[in-house]
Amino acid sequence: MSSNHQHHTLVALVEDKPGVLTRIASMFRRRGFNIASLAVGKSEQPGLSRMTFVVEGDEHTVNQVTKQLDKLIDVIRVSDITDEKIVARELALIKVNANSSNRGEVIQIVQLFRANIVDVGAQSVVIEITGEEDKINALHALLEPFGIIEMLRTGLVAMVRGQANGRTSDSVGLNAYGQVSNGFGAGHMAAPEASPKPETSAKSEA
Amino acid sequence: MILTGAEIVCESLLQEGVEIVFGLPGGAVLPFYGALAKYPALRHILVRHEQAAAMAADGYARATGKVGVCSATSGPGATNLVTGIACAMMDSIPLVAITGQVPRPAIGTDAFQEIDVTGITLPITKHNYLVMNVEDIAPAIKEAFHIARTGRPGPVLVDIPKDVLQVERTEFIWPGSVNLPGYNPPGEAPEEQIAKSAELINQAERPVILAGHGVLISHAHREMRELAEKAQIPVVTTLLGISSLPTDHYLNLGMAGMHGLAYASLAIDKADLLISLGMRFDDRVTGRLRDFAPNAKVVHVDIDPSELDKNVKADGPVAGDLKQVLNQLLPKIEPNVHIEWLRHTDKLRADHPSTQIRDTQELLPQYVLTELSKATRGEALIVTGVGQHQMWAAQYCDFQEPNTLITSGGLGTMGFEVPAALGAKLGRPDKTVWSVAGDGGFQMTMCDLATAVENKVDIKFAILNNGRLGMVHQLQDLSYNEEHFATVYSGNPDFVKLAAAYGITGIRVTEKEKVAEAIQQAMETPGPVIVDFMIRETENVYPWIPAGESVNEILEETAQQTGPGEKGS
Repeated sequence: MSSNHQHHTLVALVEDKPGVLTRIASMFRRRGFNIASLAVGKSEQPGLSRMTFVVEGDEHTVNQVTKQLDKLIDVIRVSDITDEKIVARELALIKVNANSSNRGEVIQIVQLFRANIVDVGAQSVVIEITGEEDKINALHALLEPFGIIEMLRTGLVAMVRGQANGRTSDSVGLNAYGQVSNGFGAGHMAAPEASPKPETSAKSEA
Repeated sequence: MILTGAEIVCESLLQEGVEIVFGLPGGAVLPFYGALAKYPALRHILVRHEQAAAMAADGYARATGKVGVCSATSGPGATNLVTGIACAMMDSIPLVAITGQVPRPAIGTDAFQEIDVTGITLPITKHNYLVMNVEDIAPAIKEAFHIARTGRPGPVLVDIPKDVLQVERTEFIWPGSVNLPGYNPPGEAPEEQIAKSAELINQAERPVILAGHGVLISHAHREMRELAEKAQIPVVTTLLGISSLPTDHYLNLGMAGMHGLAYASLAIDKADLLISLGMRFDDRVTGRLRDFAPNAKVVHVDIDPSELDKNVKADGPVAGDLKQVLNQLLPKIEPNVHIEWLRHTDKLRADHPSTQIRDTQELLPQYVLTELSKATRGEALIVTGVGQHQMWAAQYCDFQEPNTLITSGGLGTMGFEVPAALGAKLGRPDKTVWSVAGDGGFQMTMCDLATAVENKVDIKFAILNNGRLGMVHQLQDLSYNEEHFATVYSGNPDFVKLAAAYGITGIRVTEKEKVAEAIQQAMETPGPVIVDFMIRETENVYPWIPAGESVNEILEETAQQTGPGEKGS
């Protein structure tokens, strides 16, 4: 195993059926893969959900994660978009101690981060922030001295920028044959230069 | 035609060409059994334990290449299938298990005989279904068979609540196709993968084909043989790949790995290219990975892309159906003779005679299996359990035709020998079926001798009886300083009397001279026969590469057999 452990962002299109999350979670647990975050919700297609995974591991591990996900019948497509140009966002709600004496200071910090205060109480405020993980971490660090009462983060959602050769985020990393790339053929974890074969694989959107 | 759920299950099974269902009824699945009675084209084999239903369906599938079908009721019926389903999963066997579930209103209430069987079988099935509406039964069964038999085959479980089977009715409509957008097993491989592999094969000076179960599953044995003969490449097999090339073929070096033939493992060690076909680099094949095939580049063909680069990094990875891949590859392979290399593998064979039998009056298991193989001319279906007898069968039996060794590889399921033989014989009534059993495994599933008797299934059982869990005993010899604990059976039943209790013939063999005669007598006696071979108790399996080690640490036979094994009893 190489030591270049890092976070990879994976996007998957999955069937919106009972038990899908269990199948995915069970596979991760059984094979000893680590999920740093997982977010799931409806996609643009009825009956299908899109998931964003942040996975820890070296290239070999993440390659296995991707292929094992793809092997699940209910997973329609999965792609590692770590090396793509992406928009990645997470939402956090942070309840922090704030009274009349220091509320102003908290508001100042919130404004610097272009975050919002969504609830104000006598002794606390609830802050809503959307952004990349680092931005939320930074706000969290600055608020910590005030005393954080509660925090809730949604996990990262991510999308490839631009047209991406007309592909959705869950298919940009597939090779020209609709296979999860594994370091051969059309290039590792990158959109192929050549245009994809015209939908020979049913791994294309209907 | 408006039918009940249970009738729709039967109609669907007929549509899939099912001939036999192995099972055992119970409350929740009873509506299905009620319908089965009206469908005589679906033969039901009533077993004594659901584990046998799953394993018989597995044996049937291995022997015929068709999907095996088993059925059980909810709760304990379903959990008893679990070991058999797991065994099928590990060895990529097409299997469909149909289980009854408690009625929908009772689900989630811990009702009598309620168990979450789709939850339990999640990691041991290729896919599973809980069918909550009668309209969904036919599509679910169609998908189940499609998933089970295509791509890398595997077991699929369909769980149906009792009220969906019994109360609900609908029009029976057999779907024309399946709708599985997330399931697209590869067929032909991308051209650049084929080109890269052909280049590696054409450049190799010391290539070895490593043939796995995929060769048999994909019906690619002819293409593999053509590849081997065209470029004169020696073939080494995994346990499940054994019958993919006739044992006596001049290029067949036999099984490699932990108890593989020394020359097969050494050929891998010296090879400059491994052409790995439909196999997954199991630890029983590779031993310590960093010392496995240290000089070799790797071409790896598998229909399951997740096997590529999982255990061994491939220089030429190919994701595709093996038969199609070999047909793509063959025209690109240049004829070759590899004279130096074949001379070397011949020398390895001569220097490491792994299958020589010691000259002794004692009853050796190796001798028994050699005689069995002679008597059946290598044409019988050999079904084994798991352990020493399994390894000896792999080493000493000849296999002339594909799919003639039926054995539990990945899961290593003891007890497989009785029910799998039942399924194999029912699937291939034209073949002589020998169940090579250990006394340990045989006792795990011997209750289903009754099923063989009842259905007049003509199986010959060869119990290699050493009164112990031989393989574990052997492990204790070497790896646990000969400290033997919980591996000797001192109260085994008299298997000849047991045969009599079932109304079948039993023969005990204690002398070498009586082996051939007993085998002959068994084959001439109609119906099931038990031959109880009282083999040398402390005989161990060699060669032996201890777990986690490499071919450099291989232990070869002769000196060892009078060593620790002798003192161990």
